[in-house]
Amino acid sequence: MIKSELVARIAEAYPHLMHKDAERIVSTVFDEIARALANGDRVELRGFGAFSVKARPARTGRNPRTGESVAVDEKRVPYFKTGKELREKLNGGDAGED
Amino acid sequence: MAKTLTRSDLSEAVYQEVGLSRNESAALVERVLDEVTGALLRDEQVKLSSFGTFLVRAKGGRVGRNPKTGQEVPIAPRKVLLFRPSHVLKDQINASIKSGAEPA
Repeated sequence: MIKSELVARIAEAYPHLMHKDAERIVSTVFDEIARALANGDRVELRGFGAFSVKARPARTGRNPRTGESVAVDEKRVPYFKTGKELREKLNGGDAGED
Repeated sequence: MAKTLTRSDLSEAVYQEVGLSRNESAALVERVLDEVTGALLRDEQVKLSSFGTFLVRAKGGRVGRNPKTGQEVPIAPRKVLLFRPSHVLKDQINASIKSGAEPA
């Protein structure tokens, strides 16, 4: 499923909604998550999962082809942890402990 | 100070952005998450351009070990959800390092 298909499904489920609004709703949800992460905030959606940002310290990397060392700057990476309920659903609804 | 956003923050953003009631905005946020969940349960990838991709990966069973007791425990085959952030999202998050926002 890609974003336009997600938008189409939302528009279908809410016939009184204009297609343009369905699009804005989907974009707003993900833009807002992205904005929060860029701020260094966490986003916790119970039952679905939580988005957070993890810091990766600067390190000396190596070009695997030439073996040459390269300085890699400190950076931050987005991280998603699947929610318990979703993880259980993926595994048939009754699996796993947290 | 890092905050934690929840569904209500997302509903509020949708409410501000689109002229719907607060109730309907909340229902729509839920619906978006439900549609993503539904696709993943059908083993579909969910690709959201400029945000990232959610995909389900099947993991084989293996013998694990309780790190505290050293006891062997069988781990059954299972499915795990992976989120692969897009470059746009990664860049957006790293652009703010220079502007001084604290990591979570």
